[in-house]
Amino acid sequence: MPQDPQLRSHGHALRTPLLALGIGLAVLVLGLATAGYPPLPALAALWRGALGSPDAILSALLPRAIPLILIGLGIGLAFRAGAFNIGAEGQFYAGAIAATWVGLALGTWPRLVAVPTVLLAGFAAGLAWAAVPALLRVRFGVLEVISTLLLNFVAEALVSWMVLGPLQESKHTYPQSDPLPWAARLPQFPGSRLHLGLLVALCLALALWLFGRRTLAGFQLRAVGLSPAAARVMGGVRPERFFAAALLVSGAFAGLAGASEVSGTTFALFQNLSPGFGFTGIAVALLARLHPLGIVATGLLFAGLEAGAGAMQRDAGVPAVAVYVVEAVVILTIVLADPAARRAGAAATDPASR
Amino acid sequence: MPAALLTLTAIRKRYGSTEALKGADFSLARGEIHALLGENGAGKSTLMKIAFGLVQPDGGRILVDGAEVIIRNPLAARRLGIGMVHQHFTDIPVFTVAENIALAAGWPPSGRGLRDRVRRLAEEAGLPLDPDALAGELSAGLRQRLEVLKALAGHARILLLDEPTSVLPPSEADTFLGLVQRLRDRGVATVLITHKLQEALAVADRITVLRAGEVIQTGAAQSERPETLATAMLGTAPARPAPRIRAAVGEVVINARDLAIPGAAGGGTGIRNASFQVRAGEVVGLAAVEGNGQRELLRALAGLARPARGTIQVTGPVSFIPEDRTSEGQIGELSLTENLVLSQGRAAPWAQHGWLDWPAAGRRAGELLERFDIRAPGPDVAAERLSGGNQQRQIIANAMERRPRVLLAENPVRGLDLRATAEVYDRLRRAAAEGAAVLVHLPDLDDLLDVADRILVLAAGELIPMPEGAGRDLIGRTMLGTRGQAAAG
Repeated sequence: MPQDPQLRSHGHALRTPLLALGIGLAVLVLGLATAGYPPLPALAALWRGALGSPDAILSALLPRAIPLILIGLGIGLAFRAGAFNIGAEGQFYAGAIAATWVGLALGTWPRLVAVPTVLLAGFAAGLAWAAVPALLRVRFGVLEVISTLLLNFVAEALVSWMVLGPLQESKHTYPQSDPLPWAARLPQFPGSRLHLGLLVALCLALALWLFGRRTLAGFQLRAVGLSPAAARVMGGVRPERFFAAALLVSGAFAGLAGASEVSGTTFALFQNLSPGFGFTGIAVALLARLHPLGIVATGLLFAGLEAGAGAMQRDAGVPAVAVYVVEAVVILTIVLADPAARRAGAAATDPASR
Repeated sequence: MPAALLTLTAIRKRYGSTEALKGADFSLARGEIHALLGENGAGKSTLMKIAFGLVQPDGGRILVDGAEVIIRNPLAARRLGIGMVHQHFTDIPVFTVAENIALAAGWPPSGRGLRDRVRRLAEEAGLPLDPDALAGELSAGLRQRLEVLKALAGHARILLLDEPTSVLPPSEADTFLGLVQRLRDRGVATVLITHKLQEALAVADRITVLRAGEVIQTGAAQSERPETLATAMLGTAPARPAPRIRAAVGEVVINARDLAIPGAAGGGTGIRNASFQVRAGEVVGLAAVEGNGQRELLRALAGLARPARGTIQVTGPVSFIPEDRTSEGQIGELSLTENLVLSQGRAAPWAQHGWLDWPAAGRRAGELLERFDIRAPGPDVAAERLSGGNQQRQIIANAMERRPRVLLAENPVRGLDLRATAEVYDRLRRAAAEGAAVLVHLPDLDDLLDVADRILVLAAGELIPMPEGAGRDLIGRTMLGTRGQAAAG
């Protein structure tokens, strides 16, 4: 029976991520022990914070997973095409700024129209933010790794300026925006902080999965990522178009994540709105080996780690940044173990390969 | 006879199933320029790479100054006073001339001393060059001069030049060859690897001709004539049938007028002027020495490059078989089914409205395995796991699956053994018999004459159609650019 080539070796595909995760957790335990924290109570606190109660799941884990999944999906798409978008953090902020701006102006609109408009604004702003590196790459050969990364700083500075300038709250006291009007807020599940953004993220994951698995364009995109020269000569596609499109869409997804965060969780724009979603998103995508449905799983996993980190700090006195060690180890393990990821990294630094 | 500086005796080298060198002898005397002449793949570069320690021979002996040596790596070669200039520039563009030379010679990389040292080296060699100029900002001729200085920097007495003029425009090539002659006067013995007859005749003292890994002849340059050298390079082939004239040719499907196509970056002449037509049902051979514009021409016809001038009319569908199987012809990580899907694009029955029917594509890929005799466990196996011959069968299968009106093939037999090669030729002829126009480039002229109905020669970017029934002598001389002399002589 002919198989879906993407699912050809399922068992093998899971081996590396599980190994990476195992090593990451082992390093965490080892670190805790060496630093003098009893590992078991710390891990128990981590567990409680992530999955210990319905409230932990609904109000901490799941809301946190939404931006991670959205950003991870975009990064997964970009990486698959060979576009190394390290700028999801900046694209997230671009989306958050646009969503706040539009959301504040739409107070009188019906919610059914206002919320999609807010999300669309974030989507478009993230896309526009990624358009700069896409253009620089395709027209002038500037490596997107560098331009996307540098634009992160620009976006963060822009947020600082916004919340002290045009978008500062009406009393001009605090460096943050006014709260979004009710009409511009994503509906929440009653009694929790979980919002409808989760449904958006899941639908997009499904759509991307179908795109990669069932459509010619999705397949061609993967071919471009594997070998731009062969895709061009043998496949007759224009690699730079797929490359640019993947970069734009990944920016748009990050922008959408920014909009959903503002419209669904914080209801306001402020500095440090993102605790590094854009970078954790890279780990999310890599751990899932860029597979859209896998990204849902790894997004939940990392959200659980980060949600649990708070509880670990509260209950066991372990600094919350300890979980970022797990993320870092996971990325390093995947890059070392996965020849495809390594080649992707090499391609990113070698313009001749495109 | 002066004592030999460098002697290579009975050198043998094998790459897989091909014998690159079959016991080649070569000797370089003090103070001479010795041209090593041969077609692509004759083994010239391999022989010199062995002398420079880049390649280890399977057999044979190397003597420097009459003493047997083993040259394990280029560093060892440098210690013996051997320097080499490669076919492509190997400088670092953002470094200065002095820094590049220091890097190559292992000198301390900075300070006034370095600049003086470099200036002295350049003066001694008679190759003046500003030590502070950035390598990347030099003209091609000066960059080549830098390459020579790099090779000489370790007090080299023996200079190996691998097709040094292939990267230079004609005017700078002449200047460069003049400099090589001046080096000889300063006591540097030079091996000039080339496939250009004139070059060898113009500057060399002796000429050795290599063909298919064997030394055909060695002799003083004065006593050589272009025709005899061309015969030695190309070989006197057994009588072959004259190119077939086919009656059943159809309409014109390739019509190119006044084409000019810029050369690829880093070498090659591109196309300066080409006008020609190809009709359905004929196999047209594109004869050219490497780097004479065949790559650019085929790619422009395939729609992969845009001509700078002129018009191309090609009736589709067009299939293109690129020379480099593994980097352009297929994607090794992908399965045969996936390669098929990629090659067919949206016209395929399994890609209706952009949605893929993988099972249908897989079934078709399975049928192609049978039809084209591709030895593979199944269509789901990754292409990189196939042998070279089977990979090429798969590429041709995919190319034919488009039912091309025009089939463009760029050395489709590279790296294939005899059986697989014959099979590829058969496929090309069958494609023509089924009504496609086939334009094929092969490096081997004899093979090209066997396969093709008629020949177009590309030399120095000019397209020269050969008259019907042209013999291999005329074609070979046209390729090498000696047609004029031959006619005169």
